[in-house]
Amino acid sequence: MMRRFWPMFRKEFIQMRRDRLTLMIMVGLPVIQLLMFGYAIQTDVKHVPTVVLDESRTPESRDLIAAFENTGNFRIVDHVNGRPALDRAIAQGDAQAGIVVPYDYARLLGRGTTATVQVIVDAADPLASQAAISAAASMAEVRNLLILARQAGRASVPLEARVRPRYNPGLRSPNYIVPGLVGVILTITMVLVTAMAIVRERERGTLEQLIVTPITKTELMLGKIAPYVGVGLIQMTAVLVLGRYVFDVPLTGNVLLLYLIALIFVVASLSFGLFVSTLVRTQQQAMQLSFFFVLPNILLSGFMFPRQAMPQLFQWVGLLLPLTHFLKVLRGILLKGVGLEALWREVAVLAGFAIVMIVLSVRRFRKTLD
Amino acid sequence: MSEAAVETHDLTRRFGSLTAVEKLTLRIEPGEVFGLLGPNGSGKTTTIRMLCGLLEPSEGGASVAGIDVTAAPERIKQRIGYMSQRFGLYEDLTVAENLDFYAGIYGLTGAARRERLREVIEFIGLGTRLGQLAAELSGGWKQRLALGCALLHRPPVLFLDEPTAGVDPAARRNFWRAIHELARRGTTVLVTTHYMDEAERCGRLAMLSGGHLIALGTPAEVAAQVGGATLEDAFIILQERDER
Repeated sequence: MMRRFWPMFRKEFIQMRRDRLTLMIMVGLPVIQLLMFGYAIQTDVKHVPTVVLDESRTPESRDLIAAFENTGNFRIVDHVNGRPALDRAIAQGDAQAGIVVPYDYARLLGRGTTATVQVIVDAADPLASQAAISAAASMAEVRNLLILARQAGRASVPLEARVRPRYNPGLRSPNYIVPGLVGVILTITMVLVTAMAIVRERERGTLEQLIVTPITKTELMLGKIAPYVGVGLIQMTAVLVLGRYVFDVPLTGNVLLLYLIALIFVVASLSFGLFVSTLVRTQQQAMQLSFFFVLPNILLSGFMFPRQAMPQLFQWVGLLLPLTHFLKVLRGILLKGVGLEALWREVAVLAGFAIVMIVLSVRRFRKTLD
Repeated sequence: MSEAAVETHDLTRRFGSLTAVEKLTLRIEPGEVFGLLGPNGSGKTTTIRMLCGLLEPSEGGASVAGIDVTAAPERIKQRIGYMSQRFGLYEDLTVAENLDFYAGIYGLTGAARRERLREVIEFIGLGTRLGQLAAELSGGWKQRLALGCALLHRPPVLFLDEPTAGVDPAARRNFWRAIHELARRGTTVLVTTHYMDEAERCGRLAMLSGGHLIALGTPAEVAAQVGGATLEDAFIILQERDER
């Protein structure tokens, strides 16, 4: 049993080594993706370009505008003299926020009635405007409390929530993106590479010669995917090392455990690709079907968008994807430093997925030309 | 009567509404060089594929080296060698790597494997080209390599589907010499062709047309049965009959 696995493995390995293009994709893709995602994706939007219309022109109004700027969310790019100029700046995209301080701001503030200040935000991109909106609201809140406390003669405010963002205290995007990227890159390359595996032999005419030999379906399938397990682990290492030294992403937990679970995830992805390979007739179809699988992985797994915000149905769909579970493992081990006691459910799901896919592939594959 | 190398009875294969092979009954003795002759689309390849376990018969049955093709298609595979019409080896592997791969797939190990590889390489005369990529070989050398890979496990029955298509005459002559040498040592060879000179080299022939067996016997007998002075006449008569 399985004695023909090794010749198959060796053959696949030699072919992989000779296929320059595939090798380049396998090595180049992780590096390029990492740099792209790592540098480009910042989910915390800061320094929104802002125009100011200060009708009050008092020390109080200048103090307020400075407070806005100090939140770090607003970057004052211009002072304008009228409302039309402010609206134009936002409409043209020169600014994404506008602050209007009315002429009676200082007077109302001094009299103890409500002084209003208007913040206009370009919400065409909700993700980008969110930070500005909440920063404006919380800045007003804090100033309100300070003023009220002073009027009430208290030295401090009655309640303060001390929020400690654990595991990623700086709320840095790379800490969130890079671990996820390990999973995304593995999904893309592993699925794509094996989805091509059997159809390529079929298209080149080598499958016919292979299936008139006594090789079993299991030997053929496992021999085909095995060399890529190593490729997957090398890719992961590349991303982790770059993540550590270029983006300062911490490696908090047990790295050995991470590799062991990654091994299971890689096999799960490879066996899904293998399954795709048994469904299609041409390499082109294999490519299309793989991308069809990759997209929900990026959107629904929690790689970029929080799963908690999704409708229940899509949360369930997300649970069907191995990446969803592997992301928990990656973030759990890399950022939180948790061990198997917290992750065994994810491990069980990944292993189950791999076994089901291999069994399905072996069952679907026929050693005939029908 | 000894056991036949290949035996079919009413072997039939349909693809949808098309019947590619209909009620073919043949018996091939061990050590024969047996030719399947016929124009394109006459059912030669389908017949070979059914005998190799690559296609399931729609009706009827066959046995190869004493094993039933429908009951145990996997058991047959260790006992046959097969060369497909299209070059079926890995062009991105070298000659030696291809041979080595198939030796492993046929379960050869250790000293026996080295010994057998040496024998086969000598037999097909590829000793000087072992390090060359299969893609760089000419048609004739590719043919020899494919034959070598099909012989590694000493199969008693060899199926060759148009083995010399696209090969120059000198290489074809060498190839046929090798086939007769194999038959002399006891291997049964079933070969398809539409070259007349090759058909003449077979001990016996089955002439197929539109999936039917038209004539069976030595080349001269087949020619006579179809009604031509030579095999070539017979072939042309057949083809014209098909076109009508």
